[in-house]
Amino acid sequence: MSEIKLKINGEERAVDVSSDMPLLWALRDKLNMTGTKYSCGIGQCGACTVLVNGTPMRACITPAASIAGMDITTIEGLNSEGEHPVQQAWHKVDVPQCGYCQGGQILTAVSLIERNSNPTDADIDAAHSGNICRCGTYHRIRKAVKLAAALKRGDA
Amino acid sequence: MKTQDNINRRAFLKVSALASGAFMIGVSYRSTAYGNHHEGEKTWEPNLYVRIDPDESITIVSKNPEGGQGIKTAMPMIVAECLEVDWNNVTVEQANLDDRYGRQVAGGSRGTPDGWDDLRIAGTGAMVMLRNAAAEKWGVSPNECSAANGAIHHKKSKRTLTYGKLTALATKQPVPDAKSLKLKSRPEEFKILGKRIPGVDNKKIFTGTLGYGCDTRLDGMVYAVFEKCPSFGGRVKSANTEQLKGFPGVVDAFVIDGTDDLKGLMPGVTIVAETWWEAQSARKQLQVDWETIQSDSTASYQRQAEALSKEPGKTLGSVGNVDKAFDKAHKVLEAQYYYPFVSHANMEPQNCTAFLHPSGKMELWAPTQNPKSGRGLISKTLGISEDRIHVNMTRLGGGFGRRLTSDFMVEAAWIASKLDRPVQLQWTREDDMKHDFYRPAAWHNLKAAIDKDGKMTAWENHFVTFGNNGRTTSGANLSPKHYPSGLTPNFRLRQSMIPLKVPTGPWRSPGHSAYCFAFQSFMDEIALAGGRDPLEFRLDLLKQRYGETDFNTERAAGTLKLATKNANWGRKMGPNQGQGLAFHFDHGAYVAFVAEVTAQPSGQFKVDQVYAAADAGPVLNRSGADNQVEGGFIDALSTSFLEISFTNGATDQSNFSNYNLLRMNQAPSISVDYVQSDYSPTGLGEPPIAPATPAVTNALFAASGKRVRSMPLGKEGLYI
Ligand code: FES
Ligand code: FES
Repeated sequence: MSEIKLKINGEERAVDVSSDMPLLWALRDKLNMTGTKYSCGIGQCGACTVLVNGTPMRACITPAASIAGMDITTIEGLNSEGEHPVQQAWHKVDVPQCGYCQGGQILTAVSLIERNSNPTDADIDAAHSGNICRCGTYHRIRKAVKLAAALKRGDA
Repeated sequence: MKTQDNINRRAFLKVSALASGAFMIGVSYRSTAYGNHHEGEKTWEPNLYVRIDPDESITIVSKNPEGGQGIKTAMPMIVAECLEVDWNNVTVEQANLDDRYGRQVAGGSRGTPDGWDDLRIAGTGAMVMLRNAAAEKWGVSPNECSAANGAIHHKKSKRTLTYGKLTALATKQPVPDAKSLKLKSRPEEFKILGKRIPGVDNKKIFTGTLGYGCDTRLDGMVYAVFEKCPSFGGRVKSANTEQLKGFPGVVDAFVIDGTDDLKGLMPGVTIVAETWWEAQSARKQLQVDWETIQSDSTASYQRQAEALSKEPGKTLGSVGNVDKAFDKAHKVLEAQYYYPFVSHANMEPQNCTAFLHPSGKMELWAPTQNPKSGRGLISKTLGISEDRIHVNMTRLGGGFGRRLTSDFMVEAAWIASKLDRPVQLQWTREDDMKHDFYRPAAWHNLKAAIDKDGKMTAWENHFVTFGNNGRTTSGANLSPKHYPSGLTPNFRLRQSMIPLKVPTGPWRSPGHSAYCFAFQSFMDEIALAGGRDPLEFRLDLLKQRYGETDFNTERAAGTLKLATKNANWGRKMGPNQGQGLAFHFDHGAYVAFVAEVTAQPSGQFKVDQVYAAADAGPVLNRSGADNQVEGGFIDALSTSFLEISFTNGATDQSNFSNYNLLRMNQAPSISVDYVQSDYSPTGLGEPPIAPATPAVTNALFAASGKRVRSMPLGKEGLYI
């Protein structure tokens, strides 16, 4: 166990972790930040997606110690009022069913529209194919990503 | 109209005034079937309620578990519709397990039909009492008053009183008789129902603040993992628990002897630690000497199925004379269809949090579809009386039938009973996949006769399934009353059972979601063998009558016509493209799909577009309903690529790496339409599953000439 400093949603947090503890469990069990979800634990599903310096990463296979000091954004830190364009679009399209995968889907979309202001179906498929939705909301995610991009551009 | 005829005549209204000045209304029953509450009973409390507070806030309780089926939004919409309030002022509260609510289950698509009358009665009754209160205050006749937007209006005098100002007076009004209430039932009357209303928990989901079972956090809580024998039913001979107790963070480690009940507390070893990661890290060093008790395997099931297929089996239902019809037939068709075991793979792996309070009360936080059965199992296994067990119902990260079984709840309760701190049991994905209650595999040996006009004159199905002691295993039922029974002059269902020692259970639309693939594919084979169009053949068959059918053939035909109209059925398709059709009835609703695919000679294919038509009565929440139909199709397509197999009594698959669910780039675009018939609304959580798979495989045949008779599709050389 050793103390590391994580920069989560703009705030510095000291956490006591073993060298191999993945960020997912540091967030969930050490900091009680449960918005980041566990589903497969092997980097296959994207439920645990967080943004590290703006890039989607799998928190379940990323040791917390390896990203000390970097900018970590979790779903709790996106916009607590739900006013980020991606959150707004997700609500408008009413994407969720069970909702369990959606935090990961939303952060993936946030990073996509940062890089690409007008993503096509193929761009969306490429960005999201690492994020499983067991409930099958894919069709709506495609719609919502496009709407979010339009909102961000200011033409929706 | 049928909706009015079906109103639950036993329901009656009950009203309470709260100390805060709130007006609370609920529904109860004269029958004891829903609990021992009799009219006039002093301690009566509403089993379902709407609360109106003096500050105008409206609170509606949602009593059933929410796991993505949209019940927590759709049911309160019914109340708000009848209460005549603005949906934006409504707060929805999730109920915990409480016997006053009656049935609290997410299963069987029954939430909607069960709630329809009760919720309309509650909403309308409250509205009538508020109206009568305003009329009394103004000294006018209630008939001159109307309710809208959370207020009572008196047109003549242009006076308005909001509900919040009427709560005190409303509680003093005579309670209307449920039977006398005029209940809204048709889309033309709706202001909220039928609209696209986003999920009530959306904002919490988008900000990461919605608590699923696994998100429960309590003071002093510890985390547990639980290792069971990979081979189902195996017992612990010994384990190195003493050694594990010295590992970092580990609080305790012990063997649980468990029971023989595959759906109850199974034997295993638990490790409890300060964080889940520490428990799981210690588990990697766990050594258990197991005593296995069986060695079931998929290979042996297959050998048994082959042998049984040659035997007559047991006849479950017979109409006419099938054998004679085959002798006289112009053409006889025979085909064997097969589908494997599959897993539920909820996105949120099974988990449950439990705390044995010093007082002896056992409290649980459970993502369960069936809290009552969980409580019963815990009571029986731990010897705690039911009234000392309290179940908090959390959001579920997917249900699909998996969470109707309460194994994870009894495990958490048992572990908690040995600790003095709250504990969260969190399964790994591997635990979840290896200890599921799988949808059972089956073989259908189908045989049909057609005459020279291409009419089907006989249908026979020899269903080779699984079962023990003369009973089919859970999730494997097929009734001789199902389609095409009653539509063909000669009909026979035979059944044979393979004994099995792995657990099975209900999987989204049990039975239907599996066998429909075989039936609707074979129907296509029959149609085409007689030189007929698959749509025309199906519609024609629905017009024949040789006995009772267990569904309304006109409603079924209605969905077929709508889906094919929207798809422009029969239009000329491009090279390697084809349209496929299928329909089904289950859980009270009718769904038809047309799938359009492009299939490459390599076996690679793409579902280009899907047209869905559903008849579940009037649509309650258009957004939620579409989501179920879209998601149901995707679930079925995903499942058609999946397989659970067994070796030495253990599940071969372990995670998404070898049980790979459908992904974004493989998902089709789906357009959904409805026949809004006059019947009472029914749920849509299950019905869209069954006809989806055969719509795709029929389209594959149309596109490529390859008839798929066996799942998973990958083993047929098909990929997406
Ligand atoms: S939980 Fe991290 S990718 Fe699945
Ligand atoms: S909404 Fe349930 S897993 Fe995506």
